[in-house]
Formats: sequence, C-alpha cells, structure tokens
Amino acid sequence: MQAIRANETGLRVDEKLERLKLYGLSSPALLLILVILVIPVGWLFYVSFIGGDGQFSLENYQRMIKRSSYMRIFRTTFEVSVVTTALCIVIGYPLAYFLSQLPARLANLCMITVLLPFWTSLLVRTYAWLVLLQKKGLVNDWAIALGLWDEPIKMVHNMTGTLIGMVHIMLPFLILPVYGSMKAIDRDYMKAASNLGASPKRAFWDVFFPLTLPGLFAGTLMVFILCLGFFVTPAVLGGGKVIMVSMKIVSNIELFVSWGAASALGVVLLAMTFAILWVASRFLKLDQIAGGGH
Amino acid sequence: MRSHDSDALPISIKGVTKTYGPVHALDDVSLEVNSGEFITLLGPSGSGKTTLLMVIAGFTRPDCGSLKFGDREVIRTPPHLRDLGMTFQSYALFPHMTVAGNVAYPLKLRKLPKAEIAERVERALDTVQLGGYGDRGIDQLSGGQKQRVALARSIVFEPRILLMDEPLSALDKKLRDQMQIELRHLHEKLGMTTVYVTHDQREALTMSDRIAVVNKGRIMQLATPRELYERPANRFVADFIGDSTFLPVEKTGVGISYNGMALTFSEAPPDTEKLILMIRPERIVLSPEGPREGVNNFSATAVEVVYQGDSFLLHARLDDGTQIALRGGVRGASLSALPNVGDTVTLTLAPEDTVLIDGSEV
Repeated sequence: MQAIRANETGLRVDEKLERLKLYGLSSPALLLILVILVIPVGWLFYVSFIGGDGQFSLENYQRMIKRSSYMRIFRTTFEVSVVTTALCIVIGYPLAYFLSQLPARLANLCMITVLLPFWTSLLVRTYAWLVLLQKKGLVNDWAIALGLWDEPIKMVHNMTGTLIGMVHIMLPFLILPVYGSMKAIDRDYMKAASNLGASPKRAFWDVFFPLTLPGLFAGTLMVFILCLGFFVTPAVLGGGKVIMVSMKIVSNIELFVSWGAASALGVVLLAMTFAILWVASRFLKLDQIAGGGH
Repeated sequence: MRSHDSDALPISIKGVTKTYGPVHALDDVSLEVNSGEFITLLGPSGSGKTTLLMVIAGFTRPDCGSLKFGDREVIRTPPHLRDLGMTFQSYALFPHMTVAGNVAYPLKLRKLPKAEIAERVERALDTVQLGGYGDRGIDQLSGGQKQRVALARSIVFEPRILLMDEPLSALDKKLRDQMQIELRHLHEKLGMTTVYVTHDQREALTMSDRIAVVNKGRIMQLATPRELYERPANRFVADFIGDSTFLPVEKTGVGISYNGMALTFSEAPPDTEKLILMIRPERIVLSPEGPREGVNNFSATAVEVVYQGDSFLLHARLDDGTQIALRGGVRGASLSALPNVGDTVTLTLAPEDTVLIDGSEV
C-alpha cells in the first residue's frame, strides 16, 4: 500500500503549482481589465444615478424617456447601425466569396487591399471621404465630367456621407469572419452536391451558404455592435445632422458638463450591447463568434 | 434497389488529354469500361488516376477527348447533369445535415415524393448496415460509419455508374479489409458500373474485375488482377504490383539465358528488344537438396534470414551480386532447415514461374 501511494502528496502539489502558474500568466491582463474596465464601468453606473443636485435620482433615465430628442437619437443610432450592417452584408459577402475562390496568392494580395484601410487611421480615412465626397470633391467633379450627373450632389454632412464612411470602415469586420468560414469549407462539399444533382445555384444555397452562416452571423454582430457606439465617422461626415448616441454623450459632457446624463446614455448603450450578445448567444456559441468559423 | 440484370451503363473514354502547363496529367487516355464492371484505376500519387476520375465525374475539364456513358457523349455535360454516384476520399458528408438529410439530398433534388424519399433513405441505410442511424449528426459517426453514409448517399438515387475516390484510405487496416469485401458484395448486388481509384495494390487485386495501372498520365496495362500479377506488361507494372526481383537476361541464338545459364520457361516472352526476368519472392523456392532437374537453378549466398511468424523472408545474393528476396512457408521441418547467414543456398524457379517481361523503361 505504502509503495503504491508513493509521491501522492508531491504530485498533487505539483499539479496545483502548475495551475497557479497558469493563472499567474494571465494576471497582468486580468488586472488591466479590472482597472480600465470593471472599475470605470462600475463608476459610470454609479454616476448615472446621481442627479443634478448630487443626490441619488433616476432623472438621467427619466429624461431619456420623456424627451423626444433622446428617442430620436436612439432611433437614428439604430437605423444607421442596421443600414450600415445590411450594406456591409450585401457588399461584403459576395466580395468574401470572390476572395475565397481565388488562388491563394491572388487572394492574399486582394486581402491586403481589403485590410489596408483597416490599418490606416480611422480619422484619416474619415477625412479622406470628406475630401472625396464634398461638393467640389473628386467624386462630384469626375461624375459631372463624365456626365453622370449635372449638379454637384450633396454627399457629406448628411446621412449618405455617414453611411458611405461607416460601411467602408466596417467592411473588413464583416469580410474577415465570413472569409474565414468560407475558406474552412471543404471544396469536396460543393463537388459532392453537384455530383448528387445540384445545380451550382442549388449547391450554393443548400450547402455553401448554410455553412458560412456562423461566420456571417459573427461578422454581422460585430459590425452592428461597433456601429452602435460609433463616433468619429458620423460626427465628421454627418455634419451634425446625423446624431448618434455617442455624439450625444460627448455633447452632454462638453456642452452641458452633465456627467450623469452622459453616463446614463453610456449605460443604456452598454445594456443594449449586452442584450444583443445575449440574444445572439442563444443562437450560437459566443466562442464561435470570436473564432469566426466553425 | 436494382438487381444484377440492371441497366448499368458502359463507359467509353477515348483520347482524353489534360495538361497542366508542361505536365501531362492525362496523356491520350482511352479506356472501355464494360457495363456492370468493377474497374480500378491503380497508380502512385500524381499518376493521373484521380484526374481521370474527375474527368469522368465532370469536375476536371480535359483539353480534348471523348467520354460516353452508353451512347451519350457527356464530355461537355456539367457534373450535376451526369447522374452518377460518387464517393469522396474525405467522404464530403454535409456537416449541417443529419445522416438521413445527407442521404435524402439527391432524392430531394430529383423532387421525389416525401414518402418515397423516406422509404428509399431507409433502404439505402439498411443496405450499408446503418439502419436506424438516420437522425444522427455527421460528427457523431466513426470513420467507417461516415464511409457507409457516403456510400448510401451515392447509391440511393440508383445511378447507373458509381465512382469511388480512395474511399477506404482513411480507415484502419482491419476495417478496410472488411469494407473491401462489403463493397465487392454491394457491387455484385447492385450491379452498377464502378470505377474505383486507389493506390493500394492489394485493395485493387481484391476488389476489381479489371485493373488499369496508371502512371505518368497513361494507362500502363489494363488486365484482370491475375493477369496483372502473373504477366505484367512491363517493369513498372511488375514493380508496382507485388514485390519482385528483376534479373537482366540475354537473348542467345537458341533461347534466353541469365548470367550464362539457359533459362527454361513455359510461356513465350513478349516480342521486344529488352527482356528482364521477373521473380516473385513467393514463387522462387529454397532447395535444400541442391540443384534439380527441369527447373531453373540459382546459386546464392544467404544475406539475411527474417522469421515473420507465418512465413520467413530470405535475402540472398546471387553470384552476379544481385540481391534477391524469397518468401517461404514455415511448415514442419522447413523451419529447422532454414539457412544461416553466409551459407551457400540453391534457389529454384519452376518454368511456369519464370516470367520474362518487357524491360524497357516507361
């Protein structure tokens, strides 16, 4: 008996130590998350329940419901996010499909062009669109020169400009997970479908498309959630006509120095994001979203 | 399902060529597959056997050539209109459908009534001994079960031609041996013309009516398994199928000799410039009594003797320095009579096992 149980304690200690070391590795990140995420969000939450008089109050939330301007902002935010996401799907899915069918080298090259804007500063890209789309900008000049339209069209400082800019910036977030899930599809699946009698169109809808759904869903979710809190692009290209929640937060702080009202908006935005994630998690596993594939 | 006297279709391939840049994946290949026949394309990887199968299936477009199923020219027919069953090396079962969903898919595409689909799916699953597995997900299946589902899916719509691309290569040996026999039985039962691709020569010998040995985009030999093993057309085929030792021979005025010794053989050698003698390890015999009359005798030195349980393997060096392999039984006294390393031994080869083949390089 003694011989069989030899080293039992020592081995158990080794195992515990090993696990502790593993936790130790992640402690800097955990600490960082605590300091820059958990504590500030907790503080935000607290501040949102403090009224103008410094006392606990629900006025910051009541204002949101009572004032129609707030409801309008939420509706705009929602609309811009939905339309941007929809446009990203319509443009991004076929593009990802095209890329996934290219030979590897060409696909990599094209992927770089997709990602290039991704690596450029957001602000630079947004102002670049301002230059291109303004009344005397490149797009209007060329379109008139080519006879596409006669008068300069107003494409910035409105919804059109906001959407163009946001779709451009969000596109890689949709393309990457969709492309990933497409690349993961065994080419034999499509051959098998075709061999069994499916026309290319049938094979696409019956086999290919369903298998890309996790990627498409992940990309859609990512784009939509990012859109909800977007600030720079709508602020610059919307020209004050497209007011989203994030912009209202800024004006609450900069114009009205009302931290409570700003915090309450932040809390609502956060709650909306969590709600969306929660609904999404009922349809698929969240680690699949992070992984982008299946 | 269909019985043996079915309307299986013959396949006629004529002059099919496929080049990838300078490489001839298929070089003017012609092949006639009889109706209901089980034919195997056998060759090393990169030989073109899979390319040929993909041409038949319609996934690879050849540069030129003709392909007929029965009287119908199909070389330009897209794959989904060719109406042939196929199993893939990777099985290619759709992961988002159940077992039944996979097997039902070709029937749904053919717009069969629901009741008939259900009945046919069940029958197909029964045929591959997976009755009751319909509701399972694909990832719940073992490799062998996936193989069976893939098979069921490829036969459920009763195609008249079945193509199989290395269907057993992912299975372990025991299961593979079992599936070989099962596939053979299934073929006898359903009677569809079958083209089977493998690089495993034993699998090809076990299952096929005829085997086409493919190398460098060409068919080296098309023959029954027995013919292929006993009388290979050239050195490549002899080398690829089974083990063999090749000995150079000379044509003398009267006959053929090896190392100055006239050879006795029962079958006339092929009429070709360069001949070689092919010796299969199980056909050459150790003769403890020394040289004998009426056979070809070879004197050699034992280099290595390996006991392998059911047999022994003797490597010996012939007088001209060529190493030769001999496989013998270990019945009774023969085990104690095994030579030691360094012993001089006599090996005998009966005239009917003395096979002279075309030795020119291909």
